[in-house]
Amino acid sequence: MTSHRTQPTVQEPEIVAGNGLLHRRALLRRGLTLAGAMGAGGAGSLTGAAAEPLADPPWTHEIGGIIPPYQVASRFEKNVVRSTDNPRNEPRNSRARTPHHLLKGIITPNGLHFTICHGGVPDIDPAQHKLVIHGLVKRPLVFTLDALERYPMVSRIGFVECGGNSAPLFSNEPLQESVQAIHGLASCSEWTGVPLAALLEEAGVDLKAKWMIAEGADSPRLSRSVPLSKGLDDAMVALYQNGERIQPGQGYPMRLWLPGFEGNMNVKYLRRIKIANEPQLSYYEARTYSQILPNGQAYRFYFLQEVKSFISSPSHGQALKEPGVHEITGVAYSGTGRIAKVMVSADGGQSWGLAALQDPVLPKAFTRFRMPWRWNGGPAVLQSRAWDEGGNVQPLREAFVAQRGQTSKPPSVLAFPSQHFNSITSWAVGANGEVKHVYA
Amino acid sequence: MFTHDRAARAAMLLLSLTCGAALAQAPTPAPGLSPGLGKPISLEDLAPWDISIMPDGTGLPPGGGTPAQGAAIFTEKCALCHGDKGQGGIAGALVGGPPRASLDGGKTIANFWPYATVLFDFTRRAMPFNAPGSLSNTEVYALSAFILAGNKLIGENETMDAASLPKVKMPNRDNFIVRFPERI
Repeated sequence: MTSHRTQPTVQEPEIVAGNGLLHRRALLRRGLTLAGAMGAGGAGSLTGAAAEPLADPPWTHEIGGIIPPYQVASRFEKNVVRSTDNPRNEPRNSRARTPHHLLKGIITPNGLHFTICHGGVPDIDPAQHKLVIHGLVKRPLVFTLDALERYPMVSRIGFVECGGNSAPLFSNEPLQESVQAIHGLASCSEWTGVPLAALLEEAGVDLKAKWMIAEGADSPRLSRSVPLSKGLDDAMVALYQNGERIQPGQGYPMRLWLPGFEGNMNVKYLRRIKIANEPQLSYYEARTYSQILPNGQAYRFYFLQEVKSFISSPSHGQALKEPGVHEITGVAYSGTGRIAKVMVSADGGQSWGLAALQDPVLPKAFTRFRMPWRWNGGPAVLQSRAWDEGGNVQPLREAFVAQRGQTSKPPSVLAFPSQHFNSITSWAVGANGEVKHVYA
Repeated sequence: MFTHDRAARAAMLLLSLTCGAALAQAPTPAPGLSPGLGKPISLEDLAPWDISIMPDGTGLPPGGGTPAQGAAIFTEKCALCHGDKGQGGIAGALVGGPPRASLDGGKTIANFWPYATVLFDFTRRAMPFNAPGSLSNTEVYALSAFILAGNKLIGENETMDAASLPKVKMPNRDNFIVRFPERI
């Protein structure tokens, strides 16, 4: 070590776990350490070979294009899109999944936020949209969008996750599918709107009531029962998503946002809240979002999206081009609060190293984690595991399956054998660098 | 805080005195910064949107229908997607299916749905898929009766209405576990 101190810019990073996981401190050294760690790359490596002589490309010598009023991504980014499962709008549910493997922050761009609609995307004229609050209140009230615009608003970054996100992991065999197909029904935005508690207070809500039944203006008039305690806590009538009006797929012109709660309960196109003593047991809570258990019973009112993480890159379908240093990265989140730590393994869970958490680390929001890794060119199995500030930990697969079950044969990747899967995801890196989905 | 509340109440009292009887009867509880822009609405005026049906039948409208009446409506408005007898087609089966649901699938009305009221509520608000909300209450009762009879959950000649529908015993009703009871 003493000799290394005389050459601090090429100090070897500390190994923290098996199969090449490096100390997260290496990420703070502005790449110098990583350059030093390349070593094993050798002759013919992409990063090790000498660069070509520099020459100007054509766009440097011609006038550029017109600046559009509403900007979209470069034409070279056409692959950065959601995957849609009902492109012809057939009479069934339709979904679009977030391409996590192509994103690197904690905010999901609005055009890439996941969407599920149970009767197509409604085309709502905001001037005609109304929100009514009634039931066990002193004064039933109607709010227009213009009226809500006048209220003091709050902004908060947080995730929305479908209760059925990650459902392909209930398969008894690992489906050869991407992180987008497996975990694409979760996204994270800055939401801005009116705290629901202010509107409930204005209506004179009966604080002895237990439930509120929220309903949308979409074609199925989707309806969910929410504990009133959540409505009085951190629920929001959200009008803005990452600074602009909410997208049609996210509930334009307003949605109920319940930080940390099952996506389907965050009723889009919100038009009615009825305060009640009992839950409605609507179709979506009595049937769809009741999770069948191995013994034939079923969970009801799961609500909470529990602590979870997954590696977004490298992930299934990607390929490492050469041995050397790579960054393992992904997102972690918990419906109960902040992420406390994320551990990463490169040897299928035999040893674990602490990942770096990228600021900001916010409650009920995506937290980006990063882990430097020197791949030696041999087989590796990458996993992440998250803990939240409440001490909740992402369960290992064996324990999770013992409690919640799995299919007896591989289902369609579009099927939802059950919901609220929050166990580990494993990506195997082969000697050829190709990344595959495995169970480990 | 106390003086703030008093000032706010005084302001609201003044507002209610100047704004007429409706507000005087229901003073707003003075949320600090709320502009108080919700417009009062009568129960009669909001009734068209108050479509929630509770498991005990609260909210069920007048009307009624039998399986035979439902069969004709089903053929006309439902069979295209759900199959001529409700056995399933491009949309899910409404009649029959496996005796038990599992992670391999097979949640059916007979083996999973806890309350018959859900059938009325969902059909009325969401069906037919291409014309949701177009069925009359009588049609929804008749369709509910047809589907329940097809699943042998009621007799072929039973009428479904606000009194009888909530009384239908659904086999799986007591097979649910509240996941986090402490959170409700």
